[in-house]
Amino acid sequence: MSSMQPNAANNLVLRKNSSRRILVLGATSGIAEAVCRRWAERGDRLFLVARNEDKLVAVAADMRTRGAAYVDIAVANLDDTSIHAELLAHAINSLAGLDIAFLALGVLGDQLSAERNFPEAAQILHTNLIAPVSLLIWLGNYCAQRHSGTLAVLSSVAGERGRKSNYVYGSSKAGLTAFVDGLRNRIDREGVRVMTIKPGPVKTTMTAGMKGSEKFADVDAVAASLVKAIDRGADVVYVPGIWRVIMAVIRSIPERIFKKLNL
Amino acid sequence: MASVDEPLFTPAAANDASGARAQFQGKPPFESWGRYPVYDAKVVPLHWQTDFPRVIDGVHSGALPVGLGRSYGDVCLLKDGTLVQTTTMNRLLAFDAATGLLTAEAGISLAQILDFAVPRGFFLPVSPGTKYVTLGGAIANDIHGKNHHIAGTFGCHVPSFELVRSDGTRMICSSRENPDFYAATIGGLGLTGMITRAQLQLKPIVSRKIDYQGIQFRGIDEFLTLTGQSKNIEYTVSWVDVTSTGKNLARGIFMQGDHSHVPAPLGISKKPKLAFPIELPGFALNRYSVAAFNAFYFHKQVKCRVSKLQDYEPFFYPLDAVHKWNRMYGKRGLLQFQNVIPWEHAREGTEAILKEVAKSGLASFLAVLKAFGDVPSPGAMSFPKPGITLAMDFPIKPEKSFALFDRLARMTHEFGGRLYPAKDARMTATQFQAFYPQWERFKRYKDPAITSSFWERVTSPDGGAL
Repeated sequence: MSSMQPNAANNLVLRKNSSRRILVLGATSGIAEAVCRRWAERGDRLFLVARNEDKLVAVAADMRTRGAAYVDIAVANLDDTSIHAELLAHAINSLAGLDIAFLALGVLGDQLSAERNFPEAAQILHTNLIAPVSLLIWLGNYCAQRHSGTLAVLSSVAGERGRKSNYVYGSSKAGLTAFVDGLRNRIDREGVRVMTIKPGPVKTTMTAGMKGSEKFADVDAVAASLVKAIDRGADVVYVPGIWRVIMAVIRSIPERIFKKLNL
Repeated sequence: MASVDEPLFTPAAANDASGARAQFQGKPPFESWGRYPVYDAKVVPLHWQTDFPRVIDGVHSGALPVGLGRSYGDVCLLKDGTLVQTTTMNRLLAFDAATGLLTAEAGISLAQILDFAVPRGFFLPVSPGTKYVTLGGAIANDIHGKNHHIAGTFGCHVPSFELVRSDGTRMICSSRENPDFYAATIGGLGLTGMITRAQLQLKPIVSRKIDYQGIQFRGIDEFLTLTGQSKNIEYTVSWVDVTSTGKNLARGIFMQGDHSHVPAPLGISKKPKLAFPIELPGFALNRYSVAAFNAFYFHKQVKCRVSKLQDYEPFFYPLDAVHKWNRMYGKRGLLQFQNVIPWEHAREGTEAILKEVAKSGLASFLAVLKAFGDVPSPGAMSFPKPGITLAMDFPIKPEKSFALFDRLARMTHEFGGRLYPAKDARMTATQFQAFYPQWERFKRYKDPAITSSFWERVTSPDGGAL
């Protein structure tokens, strides 16, 4: 457990205790859990939100055991945007402030079903785009008013180009990326770090059983680089970094060729 | 793994009940450490305690909980069945820094436990030869370590765990609550249900270092003398040269150690960077190359007695420094043999077996001798009992190594000993049932939806033929 450098630039008051106050939305997602372990190990303070109580309780116990200075939880279905304001206020009260909000909610959905059923597609768009937008509007304004905080948002490389194999999920992440990028361009000057995080395929619960999943990135390695990137307050992060190159190549393929491919 | 034009079994060997006749071709979805036998199976991850038994809904061909696949034979395999892999269910649930009592999910590895515990001044109560096994697997195989003579088996340090049956029943098992299931599950080879979480009693340390001594010995008698002199030393184990005969028969190095009592920094271990890069061709390990290795290993220690302070990693887990070292044995894989012979016949039995191995000319360079103590295990099907245990591994050379194995298993039986299921791919049903006469009682606690290729093999009605 190394002692961390305080995120000095943006904090008007340097707290004596370098432990961060971190809100994690979608805390039982594979990437969020791996990132939280690292935060817990260095003694940060965590408020964890997820919809399944059994899972959330297990994750919270893990974080407490690993050394988190404080762990509180709320069981909530974040699809319900009407509860967002109250939930976020409660979380920030519980943490006594906010240094980092990590948005990791999201579903992969069933592309084949979503191609044919609007309700399935709408559900994916709601969980991956509408709900985070609602959370980010509240959090963006909260942080902008205080000229502090980091909003780290899990989007995906899948949002970089519509592909036949997962364009519904992809479009939800494309929308999220555009929203987060825009929010950064609005409130970065207010002293708020807004991060667009674009993981490539990672070995997690969400991708278990997918074709080729044994070759996906290791979630602990991804978590290690995310923790560093969040400390740094990077704008756009690809994890693993190679995906910045891969996506540049994929974006550069002309559509008349791309549409014939099976990506 | 048999290639198409090279049958693994001679007609004679095909009569036995190993059940491995129809070898799966292609890349198996899950391999045991010996990479033999090879079966097709479906692997389903278990991420959450509450997802069991839902993850095996609709499974008709049987299911088996598995961890990191470090058992050597087929206790972690189920031909054409469903393997429920627990390695992502690895959360720490509670830790009492005063007593060292840890509660964790069953898929956590001992390596992950060490990363957590060592910086806090605690250590595993029992360490096997690799830290890449899961907590659940350590309980299910009731593993043992170099301190068996003092600490007993792993199960002795597991005061309770949760067991979930395929019908959804969840029970806390300890010596007081559900004591029958507690006893059946420790050493129960994963067959009694899914262990979702367990308590483990860690022990305090003040240093990563082991106060180590290596002592050369020649022959079983010297080994026994050294064993007698080291009763109060926590860790003892011997490497033994099984390729030499005559006056060099059973020469080896007796290794003993205690945790250092001198306080020293307790950091986390570095992650190993080496991996065995390729599968060696089958001929690479032969009696000459291995005999040369064994001679080198014996004489590497120039003096007959060496003392040093050594980090716990090379002391406990020398082979973990090289990932996938089993590739050294090539595509065909390796067979492990581990028996225990009770004190009554320990000396003559072990010596007879070592002679038999040396005579066979089959090479083994990871041969280990250790005296088990008399601390009883809470597990009903636990392998260790007081006496001498001998572990060896051999590259698979169809007729030869199987025939030797069958001879060694018979000899073990004659000397009143038994074999270790976690390392076995060959024992017959008759042998298993003689080694573990309590198996019929154990069967009552077996989960009806759970089985393994090992269990099918050693309980099959035609399994007695040799």
